[in-house]
Amino acid sequence: MSLLKYESQQREPLVDGNKDYHQVTEDIISPIEAKPTRLWYIGFWISVALLLFGVYSVYRDVAYGTGQWNLNKTIGWGWDITNFVWWVGIGHAGTLISAILLLFRQGWRTGVNRAAEAMTIFAVMCAGQFPIWHMGRVWMAFFVMPYPNTRGPLWVNFNSPLLWDVFAISTYFTVSLLFWYSGLIPDLATVRDRAKTKFRKMMYGVASFGWTGSTKHWQRHESLSLVLAGLSTPLVLSVHTIVSFDFATSVIPGWHTTIFPPYFVAGAIFSGFAMVQTLLIVVRKVMNLQDYITIGHIEAMNKVIVLTGSIVGCAYLTELFIAWYGQNPYEWYAFKENRANIFSPYGWSYWLMMFCNVVSPQLFWSRKLRRNIAVTFFMSIIVNIGMWYERFVIIVTSIYRDFLPSSWSNYYSPTIWEIGFYLGTFGLFFTCFFLFAKYMPVIAVAEIKSILKTSGENYKMKMTDIEKADPEKFYQDEVDHAHH
Amino acid sequence: MAGGIKKFVVGAFDDEKVLFPAVKNVRKAGYKIHDVYTPFPVHGLDHAMGLRETSLHTAGFFYAITGTCTALGFMTWIFTKDWPINVGGKPFFALPAWIPITFELTVLFSAVGMVLTFCYLCQLAPFVKKHHFHPRATDDLFIMAIECTDKTNPAEVQSFLQNAGAMEINVQEAETGWWLGRYDREQKLYKEEKGY
Repeated sequence: MSLLKYESQQREPLVDGNKDYHQVTEDIISPIEAKPTRLWYIGFWISVALLLFGVYSVYRDVAYGTGQWNLNKTIGWGWDITNFVWWVGIGHAGTLISAILLLFRQGWRTGVNRAAEAMTIFAVMCAGQFPIWHMGRVWMAFFVMPYPNTRGPLWVNFNSPLLWDVFAISTYFTVSLLFWYSGLIPDLATVRDRAKTKFRKMMYGVASFGWTGSTKHWQRHESLSLVLAGLSTPLVLSVHTIVSFDFATSVIPGWHTTIFPPYFVAGAIFSGFAMVQTLLIVVRKVMNLQDYITIGHIEAMNKVIVLTGSIVGCAYLTELFIAWYGQNPYEWYAFKENRANIFSPYGWSYWLMMFCNVVSPQLFWSRKLRRNIAVTFFMSIIVNIGMWYERFVIIVTSIYRDFLPSSWSNYYSPTIWEIGFYLGTFGLFFTCFFLFAKYMPVIAVAEIKSILKTSGENYKMKMTDIEKADPEKFYQDEVDHAHH
Repeated sequence: MAGGIKKFVVGAFDDEKVLFPAVKNVRKAGYKIHDVYTPFPVHGLDHAMGLRETSLHTAGFFYAITGTCTALGFMTWIFTKDWPINVGGKPFFALPAWIPITFELTVLFSAVGMVLTFCYLCQLAPFVKKHHFHPRATDDLFIMAIECTDKTNPAEVQSFLQNAGAMEINVQEAETGWWLGRYDREQKLYKEEKGY
């Protein structure tokens, strides 16, 4: 009986090169054990500098109030909420990869899930900053918690989408963190058991919770991962749905549409995968992990990008059509004059969004371009710019022309402190990511080992030889194996 | 909780293909497998060892409905009893508007509860010290630990493992603290099953 599970030879191997279990450990863990490179230090300190600039910008926001930003009575939401939605959207790819692709049994997720989940957690951390500091009087942020208080007790409004957001984002962050860390425990134990110095052994010993690799523990771990994936799947869809409710339940022309939940979720996955591409194309090169994050992985993610990009494009056209077909003059004005009219104050941002999100991803129908790293990297940046503009278009072009023309606010441009806050979240994100890439396994070592004998290049070649030698016997063995 | 020093015969295997028949033969011969430590989840090994299915997911279900009831009960109490707010004559019991929060708390309770239960059952926590039978159990070897009772002859077990294909065999003594886990109630006696 062959214990190798058969995988079609038509499928590309997920792990390239001649690997065995030990080699997998060696390849993924040894960059953690080496001293940080000069490039790492440069990147890390640039991120820290950005973070500090962000901290200073936020300090000014607290000290002088949100008047530091160029928001006004008409444009009450500008860069802050745009950035919030943008970061939350980016945070969706990690859970999609780790949960939905787990349920769909997509083997290629094993190469990218760990880094994508880390990205999710850092992105949600960045996203959370915006609504918190936008409160202005941030020392009262705890008012969003429902607890018996001395204000009545006046409770929070459970009927408000803004409160749903508080629950959605905090639940999403907690569950993603648990999912990520429970997957990390066995791999941290691998780092611990290889550690040479006492300090490393202690640090990774604490972090790995005393994991031994017992069969019973693995059995429970598998069950835990599966149920967490099952829970995270509707969770990830609910989070951006609820974010879209912040807009959709209002009566502002341009926001008041029922298409928002699926449209936001597709956009979130679209931008999240673009960010995963940006990060992993660099990581695989710098950390020498091309055998684990192969061109096949990049192509698979590009397929998701072209699919979700097209869903988003379809949604743009649908809402445009419905705005006209619905015969609501205010709704149609918002779409026709505030957005589609390229000569209106923000018309350019609508067409930039259209170009980046709808037109450019269509390149990925070509297999050659999907498998081209330079094109993919460039496109991932374009998509992220496009998705930032999508949120900007939705927010600003819907509100800058108020119902009362005397309150129209024709031009809103951010102050340096609004930009600084945004750059600061980049600093936070990349500081966390640099630390993660240096101190934790960026690829799920145990998961790679569990697919190695079905999807590793050398094992697939061996299987081909067995298959070719005696196809009849091979087939019979496989049938027997399946019956066990 | 009573600790005590126990003796284990430990065999290291480097291939699942050798490990599976070895597990079967060891159990057939009547030796007591304490545990098998593997670097990744080896599918079917739990069945081969005769371990029962975990009921962690059932616990997850109960945590989930606790979350559902907490959210719904709390919001109902607040908005119908404690502080009803009249918003344009709309019903106080606004069930559709509470679905998002109810859903989020269901997921939250279930996930947090399951992870804590998982850590408790597997005795995983920072600063927990455990006996590790082999440093390569988390790298590339499959480590089988056989517990020696009064009736076991360690030398006999060692040669048995040798024949079963273990590449490295030794005898270790480990303190059996509360953390070591007792699966003897879990492990069913070996009976001829079809396949693994």
